[in-house]
Amino acid sequence: MRDKQIENLKDYKYGFSTDIDSFKAPKGLNEDVIRFISNIKKEPDWLLQWRLKAFKRLKVLEEPDWQKPKYPKIDYQDLYYYSAPKSFKEKPKNLEDLDPKLLETYKKLGIPLQEQKRLNGIAVDAVFDSVSVATTFKDTLTEKGIIFCSISEAIQKHPDLVKKYLGSVIPITDHFFATLNSAVFTDGSFVYIPPNVKCPMELSTYFRINASDTGQFERTLIIADKGSYVSYLEGCTAPMRDENQLHAANVELIALDDAEIKYSTVQNWYPGDKDGKGGIYNFVTKRGLCKGKNSKISWTQVETGSAITWKYPSCILKGDNSIGEFYSIAITNNHQKADTGTKMIHLGKNTKSKIISKGISAGKSDMTYRGLVDISKNASNSTNYTQCDSLLMGNKCGAHTVPYIKNKNSNSNIAHEATTSKISEDQLHYCQQRGLNQEEAVGLIVNGFCKEVLQQLPMEFAVEAQKLVGISLEGSVG
Amino acid sequence: MELKLKADFDKFISTSNFSNQEIKFKKEALDNFLKNGFPSRKLENWKFSDIKQIIQKNIGELEFYNDYNIENKINDDIFIKEIEHNKIVIVNGKVEQLSFEYEESDKINLTTLDNFNQNSNDDNSLLSLNNSFSNKIYNILVKKNYSFKKPLIIYQITNKKVSNTNINFQLNFELEENSSIKIINLSDDNSEKNFINNLFNFNLGKNAILKNYKIDKKNNTNIKYDYSSIAQKENSISETFIFSSGSDYIKNEVSCNLEGKYSSAFINGIHSLSKNKHHEIRTNTNHSYENTKSYQLIKSVIDDSSKSVYQGKIYVDSKAQKTDGYQLSKAVLLNEQAEFNAKPELEIYADDVKCSHGSASGSLDEDSIFYLMSRGLDQKTAKKLLINGFLLDVVEKITDEEIKKLLKNMIGLN
Repeated sequence: MRDKQIENLKDYKYGFSTDIDSFKAPKGLNEDVIRFISNIKKEPDWLLQWRLKAFKRLKVLEEPDWQKPKYPKIDYQDLYYYSAPKSFKEKPKNLEDLDPKLLETYKKLGIPLQEQKRLNGIAVDAVFDSVSVATTFKDTLTEKGIIFCSISEAIQKHPDLVKKYLGSVIPITDHFFATLNSAVFTDGSFVYIPPNVKCPMELSTYFRINASDTGQFERTLIIADKGSYVSYLEGCTAPMRDENQLHAANVELIALDDAEIKYSTVQNWYPGDKDGKGGIYNFVTKRGLCKGKNSKISWTQVETGSAITWKYPSCILKGDNSIGEFYSIAITNNHQKADTGTKMIHLGKNTKSKIISKGISAGKSDMTYRGLVDISKNASNSTNYTQCDSLLMGNKCGAHTVPYIKNKNSNSNIAHEATTSKISEDQLHYCQQRGLNQEEAVGLIVNGFCKEVLQQLPMEFAVEAQKLVGISLEGSVG
Repeated sequence: MELKLKADFDKFISTSNFSNQEIKFKKEALDNFLKNGFPSRKLENWKFSDIKQIIQKNIGELEFYNDYNIENKINDDIFIKEIEHNKIVIVNGKVEQLSFEYEESDKINLTTLDNFNQNSNDDNSLLSLNNSFSNKIYNILVKKNYSFKKPLIIYQITNKKVSNTNINFQLNFELEENSSIKIINLSDDNSEKNFINNLFNFNLGKNAILKNYKIDKKNNTNIKYDYSSIAQKENSISETFIFSSGSDYIKNEVSCNLEGKYSSAFINGIHSLSKNKHHEIRTNTNHSYENTKSYQLIKSVIDDSSKSVYQGKIYVDSKAQKTDGYQLSKAVLLNEQAEFNAKPELEIYADDVKCSHGSASGSLDEDSIFYLMSRGLDQKTAKKLLINGFLLDVVEKITDEEIKKLLKNMIGLN
């Protein structure tokens, strides 16, 4: 114990230097680490106090354990909560150093060579970077008054906005992982769309310079002011290499009067090997607040990666006439586990929500849809429609549906439907008769099964996602 | 509560004549209950109905000692006149009369159980409470190839002699191969503010048929928990119908284990609630063998500030290929204060299955009301007609014509 403390102190002493190459906060979760993070990011005092408050709260919170996928206990004192981007020395030099499996997948997805390098943190040559599409996009955005930057930058440049909205949807008093994130978040994206502006392009983390390293505790804040519109893309179809096992990000969306936010996610992190070793724990808190009248928030997600996915992108429909939507495809294969769904909390009058969830499990995986539809007393004339379908491939996997339905208003209607089935032999036979091999046939049928959700994705994304659906299920039939 | 429980338990044991074996088992059950206490909303199954709080709020301090030595007179008026039937009369948790006058006596074996059913003793503390405080448990065995000629009506009566008391009751049925029985379980509550804890065990052999109709109609202030556990062998059929309306609080729990191929379970239920009643139905169907089938239909009409809850779970084991599971819950909310909560759950580990569930809740369809009013009905009659039609759907599922007619009259649906 004492040795460990001394070891910690040593780390502390050297760790706090400003050597760009390798600064790291010492291992462990304590006030000093939080101060260190806040200090290194030159954060104003209110934010530090906010973080400390969250930390204080965290100490009394217990890690939840009601979820279906169980995981070995995480030692939160054994993690690094801050480390600067790795220097090029430690990163793979060229593509040949990478796992050939990964390269094969890239090829199938048709990802350009430069992109492949970028995704894996291989030094991209400067010419490519400076003429990258990202810079050109940035100019267009600035013209319209749209703020799209990292959250650290936003804290420096737009403190009023951040202060007003940060934690307004996911308060620091929320559940364990959300509070952990509030205490130690390092970076993430910030988007502000001014009133009556329609964002002319899909915003993507991908185009934000410096975003190539996904943080372990990301924090995203998107604000759509009155009458504005934005479509935001998170992640990409290509598999990401990542050292961190635990990911506990927080995403907050705020839509004011008549505003609309469309948030699409494609998540394809490392799912662990065929025997279920390794892989990422994706414990993300995503919540949108339809604050104003006639506002709309729409979540679309394609979840194919991670060893454990545990997330419920939610909508709080506070403004009258607001709309919440959730479209999801979750695919688990091998030993992957997913417990995902949504929460639709109707508070305002005439609010509407729609949930379409498609789950596909194969191999030895386990998939759970868990959702809540809650219509409160004052939410008169509200409606919800939920459809969750599961597809099972093989008899070693599981598919579960756990919806919670609460209706406290007699003028509101809730309808829920769920089915579980397998790919019918007839359909397979028909496709194979037309000359497709079994794998292609399955791919085709599964894509049909997911169509309702894939349609919701932005065009160029949808094509990739469709391929991804096929790839994720490779080797699961026969 | 702990001291009270222990004292009441000692008093109970000293005034009854249980064997040492029984006492040992009852003590274990009590210890288990003491360890866990009344279930609260912290437990997933009790999320929507916190019985611990409900008992505390409505009854306060419970009396656990129930004197089974008191003699109770049975008033013949309560018996159903419309149909000829066998009877079991239970007053305040004590069996007062058992008559199988319409059946061949050598085909039924009536015993008291000395080795108890220990099922789920650990995770359901109310079953432990039941095991520790219930009187002698009767086991009714229906022998091979025998079908009951007339229905069996179980009258469950409480009278004014008990109040603020916990009443525990347990009954066991064993249906041998090719046998069948029809049961109507009728509550007649005249007491106030008791916590009634019932446990019914059914063991169905090959080809056996159980039809079980549970009626709770009379308005009363009791709090009830009613647990039916049904284990089913090959080709057996169970049909459960629940009409739940009268008591202030009821949680009806039906757990079906489909252990043999081609076995099937049907559970249908009605909640017809007003004032500030709070009723829950929880169904649990475990498909643990191939080619099994289950079907649940639950409908609720919720008025005033009452609350209806449906929790249904279909579990399909990886062995249980070709399972057919279907579940539907519907609710009509008639008042601003009414509340409906549902948790229809599927847990599936086999791929060649057809499982689905649906849940819908909302108000009465305005167009339908308008249509009926345009045909000359006043609004009240129109609404009543629609509600009747809505609930009749469930009653029509009853497969026994004679009982269906009886229950329709009793409930007032025509």
